[in-house]
Amino acid sequence: MDRIPILRMGHFLLVTIQIDLYDRLATNLESDLVQMVNKTGARGVLIDISALSIVDSFMGRILGNIGSMSKIMDAETVVVGMQPAVAITLIELGLELKGVHTALNVERGMQLLKERIGSDDEDESEADEDSFE
Amino acid sequence: MMKMNQKLMKIVLNKDSMRIEKEQDVVPFRNRVKENAVKIGMGVVNQTKLITAASELVRNMLKYAGGGLVLIEAITEGRDSGIRLTFQDKGPGIKDISLAMKDGFSSGKSLGIGLPGTRRLVNEFDIKSIFGEGTTVSIIKWKNG
Amino acid sequence: MKSDIIKGLQKKKNQILEDWITIQVADAGLREDLMSNDELREQSSELLDALLKAINDKNIINIESPDFEQVHEILAGLSISRARQGFSPRETGIFVYSLKEALLKNLDIDQTEDVKTTVETIFKINRLLDNLSVVTFETYIKGREEVILRQTDEITEISTPVIRVWEGILALPIIGTLDSARTQVVMENLLQEIVESGSTIAILDISGVPAVDSLVAQHLIKTVAATRLMGAECIISGIRPEIAQTVVHLGIDLSNIVTKATLANALKYAFALLKLDVRKIQNKVSQ
Repeated sequence: MDRIPILRMGHFLLVTIQIDLYDRLATNLESDLVQMVNKTGARGVLIDISALSIVDSFMGRILGNIGSMSKIMDAETVVVGMQPAVAITLIELGLELKGVHTALNVERGMQLLKERIGSDDEDESEADEDSFE
Repeated sequence: MMKMNQKLMKIVLNKDSMRIEKEQDVVPFRNRVKENAVKIGMGVVNQTKLITAASELVRNMLKYAGGGLVLIEAITEGRDSGIRLTFQDKGPGIKDISLAMKDGFSSGKSLGIGLPGTRRLVNEFDIKSIFGEGTTVSIIKWKNG
Repeated sequence: MKSDIIKGLQKKKNQILEDWITIQVADAGLREDLMSNDELREQSSELLDALLKAINDKNIINIESPDFEQVHEILAGLSISRARQGFSPRETGIFVYSLKEALLKNLDIDQTEDVKTTVETIFKINRLLDNLSVVTFETYIKGREEVILRQTDEITEISTPVIRVWEGILALPIIGTLDSARTQVVMENLLQEIVESGSTIAILDISGVPAVDSLVAQHLIKTVAATRLMGAECIISGIRPEIAQTVVHLGIDLSNIVTKATLANALKYAFALLKLDVRKIQNKVSQ
């Protein structure tokens, strides 16, 4: 497998990472996603990492890059499904996923994106960062 | 009496090694570490910490030395058991180890959390480097540590 | 003639064993509930064999001699297992003390020898057995310490219950000191439960934590950060006035964390986040 498939759902792009990524696969994903955001004019990117058993600084940087790059193209990124052990390890490692939102699962991630994009469409007010149902 | 006063020794139960030459070796290497950690019954969180630390160190090795050799050992000490990983490379070595161990320092283009972040993930961390000859990093993660 | 004494003891091994067991069985403290007589006999015989095999007239005065390594090993093994099984120090001690009695009783004392030599021999046997007692107690205490360590682990496990207080809201009352091992367990349990229940809010109640220093605060901050990485919010409640004071005096920055004085306040805040409204039912019957 050379590429991680990116699914398009309306205004959103959906990526499910099912295997531990080789570095090249991860960097490919980064560039592919940014291309897709540009091509489709997507407003949100949802990345499901529930199958990832580890996130090291390299993978963390890829996720952060995707978030920051999407942001300057006016799309929000939400990372969903992080395993508890991964979260604990990232904190200990001192790695914060800057530039991305997080949600428990795909469903809540979608909700979060809808709320954020929705509020953007109505008025440009900076609503609170956190989003709950 | 002589038994009581004996210092606890680290005993190697199982030895495994892997040569790292290219970026594609990282994922199989992590899997190998995981297998060994699972074998001694390490919990998921400690496994994840160990594998993440291993991943960071193996990346460093590839980046700065173009690869090297990693020893994977299952060890015991008293009532503890754990995994010891030793990363040996023949790269340029580190000029100032205490500087490299400082939070936020990096000579490469990574996030600069490399060594100090990695040290926080494991129980024991030892680094030896001779400038111009190579670096050896050894880490231990105890099963219940 | 000294070796005669030891040879004599070796020859009388069976008699010593019988005497030893008789003394042990006669003791009121014998724990027949914890160990059968057969087991006792087996253990006694094993130790006596090793001791009589190891002992000679040279090493009897050198208690540190490596010849006794096997004896020490057997004794240490017995003492540790007794500590784990719940024998008292007295019950464990009797085992060795009564051996001394049995040995002395079976000492072949040559009537023609002078008193001085006899006393010397008795002294030597005493010293040897006393040393064995020390080994017993050292290992016994080590065994108890292991029991304590295991119990500490268990307490840590038990004392961090995660409670589902409402759909989407978890509460975790922390009681006792929060050290790094404990934080690890708290974090793991909390995050696991967040995933399993799909809760988006977690309340950490620290009213049962005696003191918050910068280390404890660090642990709390880490827990909150990990919760947020998973995509849930974490509120800390139960901040007593003393805790607020120390936190500020120590210069700990908790400004990124939602803190509430009581669990009730935290719950109210959580309801607001979930856009839930809790109201008293209006009584329609007017008086």
